[in-house]
Amino acid sequence: MADIVVKTEDVVKEYRMGSNVLRALDGINIEIQRGEYISLMGPSGSGKSTLFNMIGALDRPTEGQVYIDGQNMSNLSQRQIAAFRCHRVGYIFQSYNLLNVRTAHGNVTLPMIFAGIPDKQRNEKAEKLLDMVGLGDRMYHLPDELSGGQRQRVAIARALANDPSIVLADEPTANLDTITGREIIDLIKQLNTQQGVTVISATHDLKMLDVSDRIVDIRDGLVERIRNREEIEIQVGEVGGHE
Amino acid sequence: MNQRTPIEEQIDLPFVESLRISFQSLKIRFGRSIITTAGITLGIAFLVSVWTNNEIELALQESGRSSEITNLDESVEQGISTKDIWLIIMSLIVCVVGIANSMLMAVTERFREIGTMKCLGALDGFVVRLFLLESGFQGFAGALIGALIGLLGAVILGLKNYGLDLFFYFPLLPARPENGPFQLGVLLLILLGCIIGMILAIIGSSFPAWRAAKLPPAEAMRTEV
Repeated sequence: MADIVVKTEDVVKEYRMGSNVLRALDGINIEIQRGEYISLMGPSGSGKSTLFNMIGALDRPTEGQVYIDGQNMSNLSQRQIAAFRCHRVGYIFQSYNLLNVRTAHGNVTLPMIFAGIPDKQRNEKAEKLLDMVGLGDRMYHLPDELSGGQRQRVAIARALANDPSIVLADEPTANLDTITGREIIDLIKQLNTQQGVTVISATHDLKMLDVSDRIVDIRDGLVERIRNREEIEIQVGEVGGHE
Repeated sequence: MNQRTPIEEQIDLPFVESLRISFQSLKIRFGRSIITTAGITLGIAFLVSVWTNNEIELALQESGRSSEITNLDESVEQGISTKDIWLIIMSLIVCVVGIANSMLMAVTERFREIGTMKCLGALDGFVVRLFLLESGFQGFAGALIGALIGLLGAVILGLKNYGLDLFFYFPLLPARPENGPFQLGVLLLILLGCIIGMILAIIGSSFPAWRAAKLPPAEAMRTEV
């Protein structure tokens, strides 16, 4: 039996806007296996970011259940949810969401501070992670002093700080140019293949689909179809050219 | 579905850690912190100057010396005039609104930061504690500077009205004249100003911080100012 890491059961999310009710998710059922690289795809407004938030325990569903590692998320206490966000999941966002008041190094150590890891250990780990994403020489720069691609690298290092089993990436390449986007995708894919991290990504970047094991198409708050990588034909042109 | 290790409970962080994070944050956002603090300083400066001025008037009335200005005024009656009471109430309102406003703005523009910290595993209480510490420092520093500025203003005005006599009868300590109203004294006023400034800053920031910390992170991060 496959090892299922995320399972959603009839997940519904409604937003109230004045007297209107907007049904962003209309009963989503998906299962994601451990070690998979999965892409949630859909036009903006389709509900993919909302689903992303449900899986990452960043928001609560109006109806339905989300199970992660066999745990029903709606049964968890506030403290357990905080611990879940801290240890089990690493988040990567479209707009990086780095804390501007902390250096690259400070951003990477923060989740480890929350996890209660001692000073020396977390400093070493942060240095190691920043080295891994190629920012060994810019560790003590503030986010404002880094380029978009570099900020996203810091975000990736931060997402990995507490060795999560799942990495959630919400449009991680949307604010980046094609070449930088490619580099970020390669980095995420590398985590997936080398460290066995489950990657769940909301995207409409075709380059991102190319590396996915499965693609979930979301439309109007429903799963339209689920495709395996082999079933789709993507031609990712060579970009960048020669220097 | 495989049963994995159960999800543990998030730990509380030691106080020192919060202290360190809040200091770092104040230091790096120094420019912005100064502006917020200036809001507190102005409110308290106004409050303390009005109060001190009032105390000075009372003290010099008590000593039998009234300013020429007060003599010309119709309200030469002893004690606090209605006008003074109004002025004190007004200054208190200005102070409350000013401080609440600057703290509210300072927290609201950081909703995203709060959401992000929660994504990384921060407990609601931890977030609130950070803001409590930051605003407490800002409140105290801002109010102390404000109180000293207010005092200076009141002394200059007193010198103009009473000349050097001011210093002979300066109401530094609390006093209870036989037939006059109780006087707090300037030292107590400054202390009171500092406490008011600090409390208002803490309330003004922890309340919105608490509200933001209660929100699901996705919602906090969506908030744009």
